[in-house]
Amino acid sequence: MGKLKYALFTGCTAKQSTPEQMLSTMAIAEKLDIELVELTEASCCGASHLQDYDDFLSLVLNARNIAYAEKHGLTMVTICNTCQLNTAMTKHRLDNNADLKARVNEKLEEVGLEYKGTSMVTHFLYAIIDDFGLDKLKEMVVKPLSQFNIAPFYGCHNIRPSELQNETHKTPESSYNPSSLDDLIIACGGQTVDYEEKNKCCGFHVELQAPHTAAVLTGNAIAGATDGNADWMVTPCPLCHLKLDTQTGHASKAIGRDVALPVLHMQQMIGLALGCSSAELGLKHHVTEVDFA
Amino acid sequence: MEHTITTQEVNFKVFRFNADEDYLPYYEDYKMEVTSEEVVLDILNRIKWDHDGSFSYRRSCRHGICGTCAIKVNGRSTLACKESLNDMVETFGSDLVIEPLSKKRAIKDMIIDKGDFWEKNDAIHPFLISHIDEHPEMECAVTPEQANALNDADLCIQCGACHYACPVMEINEDFFGPAAFAKAYRFEADVRDDAHTTRLLELNEEKQGVWDCVKCMECAEVCPKDVDPIGKITKLHQMLFAEGVAKSNVATRHAVGFAHSIAKRGVLDEGELVLYSEGPAIVKHVPVAVKMLTKGKICMPWNMPKSDNLDEIQKLVKSSSTAKF
Repeated sequence: MGKLKYALFTGCTAKQSTPEQMLSTMAIAEKLDIELVELTEASCCGASHLQDYDDFLSLVLNARNIAYAEKHGLTMVTICNTCQLNTAMTKHRLDNNADLKARVNEKLEEVGLEYKGTSMVTHFLYAIIDDFGLDKLKEMVVKPLSQFNIAPFYGCHNIRPSELQNETHKTPESSYNPSSLDDLIIACGGQTVDYEEKNKCCGFHVELQAPHTAAVLTGNAIAGATDGNADWMVTPCPLCHLKLDTQTGHASKAIGRDVALPVLHMQQMIGLALGCSSAELGLKHHVTEVDFA
Repeated sequence: MEHTITTQEVNFKVFRFNADEDYLPYYEDYKMEVTSEEVVLDILNRIKWDHDGSFSYRRSCRHGICGTCAIKVNGRSTLACKESLNDMVETFGSDLVIEPLSKKRAIKDMIIDKGDFWEKNDAIHPFLISHIDEHPEMECAVTPEQANALNDADLCIQCGACHYACPVMEINEDFFGPAAFAKAYRFEADVRDDAHTTRLLELNEEKQGVWDCVKCMECAEVCPKDVDPIGKITKLHQMLFAEGVAKSNVATRHAVGFAHSIAKRGVLDEGELVLYSEGPAIVKHVPVAVKMLTKGKICMPWNMPKSDNLDEIQKLVKSSSTAKF
């Protein structure tokens, strides 16, 4: 196997409210000898809101982002579930509708770009599972997480709609009983926690317009993981992370129970198992403190 | 190729409850040899016919058309008559939990009070509202293109699978829910319908309307007829803007705010987006923002990133925008 190389679409949060996600992504890429070419030209994906206002603009902008990955001749990896859904959805719609693709390309032509449909779009989680391999990762673990019960929190936009999501990676995932993140936890030497909310919604997308709904969903998720005896949670999505990490006050009030658990990014968990330091993984950037590493 | 039928042993944990007699629900276990040909409804029948005649559930057509037999298997909403046992075992293993669509609305075993579903359905005026000339001079033709605009919303069989899978329904009892929204779209997209603005105004209301959808995609995932309710909710959002009905509130400004922010920097300015969406109400976010700030989770304006080749993005926002607010 040659060196793995991807075009990295960081999304907006990794550069702002979750700096630890950016740090840990780069830290584990180095450990795993994966080359990530950052798409510095990329714009925001619209975060599942822009298309409510302007669907065509959302398509054009996402197509532009993919076009840059195509220019590099690389698969695009995302590190945010919502970036993944919006980008993969754009790709799916353009690849299956020649007329729409032509309309989008008419716009991209104005800036000298073209969307061809030649690059895959996959989440870093699946790139690691499909291309790097969990067996190989397991061999590289120097600090197995064997003393921890870890609750996987999958995040909606990586597993649903499953028909679309399963086009973006090789290892099939069931949205009702997903296993990728559990498998990753096991590869890192940890114990997985099974709980009802692991494939449920964190409420992030209505935090502003429906704060009570959002807070109850967050609270239920942390409470479910706590009742499953979790020491901490892990997620591939920075938006889920933000919700579960920073909103415990509102969540506790909404469900009438004090809840708080450290919530690690998938990259941080891998980094811990590979022996990265707390500073390399940005563990000080968590609002709910990570008190074990 | 010869078709072989395989059998396997499956443990069923079945929800039992009789609202007239039981204080609390309980679960009954059944171990059965099931064949690869059977669907979940066959198991419900076998429980009733072979084990306990009092076991109750709704069924009728057995062909995925009537929508009566929707239940949950291991938490997944599904049509019992359409769901193959093999697929369920493949997904969940050989321990299957059979429950009604909503445990809190259970009347007897799988039978629930679906009153809330029908209330929401009725509330969106689920019929064609049209001023039809009693003596028309020509037929009211709908072209195939116009019919296609319904986007399969008319395929809904009102089974309730999405309604009881939607996490918002559990929390916000005013929310119309995915089935009602898909139904509303079915009429909103119908060229013969004249009610557009009236119906859209109700869908635009906070708490009950489309803006409270959490975008979890559960409804699209469970729908046995591929109606894609979340896709219809997105279209309704777009219609609200297109018809000029979307009034300025935190939800609409949030959607528009992305276009603004992208036009400015390519990437999002998170703080500015919240300010744009909330206006003066942003003060309520201060306590969390302070905590985030101390942890280095808030990017200062002077460090705010920008996309490279921003001029391209700005040009595209100008030339490709199709909506106005």
